[in-house]
Amino acid sequence: MSDFINAFWANYVAIIVAVSILACVLLLVLTARKKVVSDANNTTGHVWDEDLMEMNNPLPLWWVGLFVITIVFAVLYLFLYPGLGQNQGQFKWTSRDQHAAEVAKANEALKPLYAQYDAMKVEDLVKDPKAHAIGERLFMNNCAQCHGSDAHGSKSFPNLTDNDWLYGGNPDAIKQSITKGRNGVMPPMAAAVGTPEDVRNLANYVLSLSNSPHDNVRAQLGKSKFVACAACHGADGKGMQALGAPNLTDKIWLHGWGEQTVIGMINAGKNNLMPAQEGRLTPSQIHVLTAYVWGLSNNR
Amino acid sequence: MSDSPKKVIPIKASDEELVSLYQSSQKIYPRSVKGLFANWRWAFVWLTQLVFYGLPWVEWGQRQAVLFDLEARRFYIFGLVLYPQDFIYLTGLLVISALSLFLFTAVAGRLWCGYACPQTVYTEIFLWIEHHVEGDRSARMRLDNGPWGTARLGKKSLKHFLWLAVALWTGFTFVGYFTPIQVLLAEFAHWNLGSWEIFWVFFYGFATYGNAGFMREQVCKYMCPYARFQSAMFDQDTLIVTYDEGRGEPRGKRAKTDELQTQQGDCIDCTLCVQVCPTGIDIRNGLQYECIGCGACVDVCNTVMDKVGLERGLVRYDTQRAMKSGHAESLLARIFRPRVLIYSTILGLLCVAMMVSLAMRKPLKVDIVRDRATLARITEDGMLQNVYQLQLMNASESEQTYTVAVRGLDQVKLHKDAVEFVVGPTESRWVVLQVDIPYGTASSGSHKIWFDVKAKASDVVVSESTSFLVPR
Repeated sequence: MSDFINAFWANYVAIIVAVSILACVLLLVLTARKKVVSDANNTTGHVWDEDLMEMNNPLPLWWVGLFVITIVFAVLYLFLYPGLGQNQGQFKWTSRDQHAAEVAKANEALKPLYAQYDAMKVEDLVKDPKAHAIGERLFMNNCAQCHGSDAHGSKSFPNLTDNDWLYGGNPDAIKQSITKGRNGVMPPMAAAVGTPEDVRNLANYVLSLSNSPHDNVRAQLGKSKFVACAACHGADGKGMQALGAPNLTDKIWLHGWGEQTVIGMINAGKNNLMPAQEGRLTPSQIHVLTAYVWGLSNNR
Repeated sequence: MSDSPKKVIPIKASDEELVSLYQSSQKIYPRSVKGLFANWRWAFVWLTQLVFYGLPWVEWGQRQAVLFDLEARRFYIFGLVLYPQDFIYLTGLLVISALSLFLFTAVAGRLWCGYACPQTVYTEIFLWIEHHVEGDRSARMRLDNGPWGTARLGKKSLKHFLWLAVALWTGFTFVGYFTPIQVLLAEFAHWNLGSWEIFWVFFYGFATYGNAGFMREQVCKYMCPYARFQSAMFDQDTLIVTYDEGRGEPRGKRAKTDELQTQQGDCIDCTLCVQVCPTGIDIRNGLQYECIGCGACVDVCNTVMDKVGLERGLVRYDTQRAMKSGHAESLLARIFRPRVLIYSTILGLLCVAMMVSLAMRKPLKVDIVRDRATLARITEDGMLQNVYQLQLMNASESEQTYTVAVRGLDQVKLHKDAVEFVVGPTESRWVVLQVDIPYGTASSGSHKIWFDVKAKASDVVVSESTSFLVPR
């Protein structure tokens, strides 16, 4: 019961539960026998709508047995399972443990299926239609939310079907990206570059690298400022896969395009995260998924 | 029953007394009965149980004809393969069942309760076993009141053994609708039933054993909601099991002389109608909520009337209006009253609609889900693109190849030409489709487009609409 900040609410609920159960018991006992007016024709004497009478038909005893069973069940349940305040119950059951156990069981059942793929190289795995189908399903369930179901990505989420790779497109690099995740950090560079005018000139120089629309004069003026960027993006602006620094000389703009966007990027920087999947997927699943992702941009 | 609603029934003032609000139920020992209505009931027992026990063994092609595969979420009914999306047919079936209940109840009271309800049918089977093992009513009462001896022990054991056998077979058959029954039998033979299968065989078996063997009329009296609300569908023209009070009273043993007999009613007070009643009521007290309309008292009274040489029908199916008016109008004329006609019309229309809908049902379903990650994007070749996931559900039992086309917007086309998807028998598959229009040809906002999915082999076409988004 970590849902509440302090113990008050846990106790509040526990007291209500206990009082309710006790009230049910009392109600059963106290109402078992009662003084009623009973007539010869077995009515209580209550009449509505001129001739509608209430019969004095007692409840069958087995029905009372059902009430007793519910009370016994409630007490037994609260003893075994969490429910009474902060008491964890004898079974120490949690939904988290149950889920983990079920996942482990499912993974165990799937082991024989994945065993054949574990031994295969990614380059061979992409030719296996069944592995491809499994990979596709894994992708749809785990990757498509961000990268799109056709893997073409969208703004800030890389396209996985082209040959432009931030961290490298060989199977090992892809597997590393999936397993451990990636955190692409571009620090705010305005201070290192200089005045806002310098930043604007630099942005135009960056745009000129890919021959995107830019101001030539400003680009020439900004060229010298690129030293601040070269540490990561390289002197020629072609990026560095070891750091995940993007290639600035192609027309692929992950976070948007145009002078204003580039200026914003230089001023504010960027922190882009691909979450690690190793806690969610087994190594075997990641292996099959790697083959699927690698196959998106490589001929099968 | 008072003659006029204005009449106030005098209530005797009486003393207060201390009573228990709970009572242990009196065991009822229904006497076995023969006759027209008993025959009808047995006809329904045979009909319903031949279907229930027999259907899982019927084969259809390579599979069980009626099988509800909960794990794969496919429901096979002879030639039909239903998906969870076809739930509307179950709804239709339930609405038809409910309306049928209303109709039958309006015409002839609790026909369902008396003849076809599983509670009645299994009680009848269990009573038949009880009757053949322990004897009829009086023998059973003697046995229960007598001392425990080898005879009693043997009879009771045999009865419960037979009951349990029927109950477990019922549970087994029930599970056979969800797990192929041949497989279930093989599993049973090798003693490796799944835990859920064991649970349901025993649970359903236990419910049958308990309800048909012990609870019996208690189910109808205290648990069943239909039993209670069916009374609300009765009217003055509903056929109900009635005791002809005018003819029967004053009741009593037949007098010796003809002269004395003329002062007597026809009821000889043999109490057989009470002895055969499965709910333990006396029909001569008039219509009671416990009466399930089984007609056992009608059958037994007719045999008694035959024996004493009086006219049959002292207890019979009749309407309150006819009894009151002395059959001034024929019963048939009152059957076609508005209530009955309205029920019949709605029921007929629903049945036709259901048939037509089933006949025109296409063995292919398509669901469209717009991709959530990307609203719209511009491709390298200058097209505006939306991405969709289509779920192609093959509701036929052969492998199908589907082609997909898109329409509804100027120059709209699929990004890849000539897309074909193969979907295995009764399988469903998600496919991803990119739809393009030339940039700038449509105004910004949402546009309606259609996907046409066509089965190559059968020319079945399913069209589903979705929206195509053009950003500002």
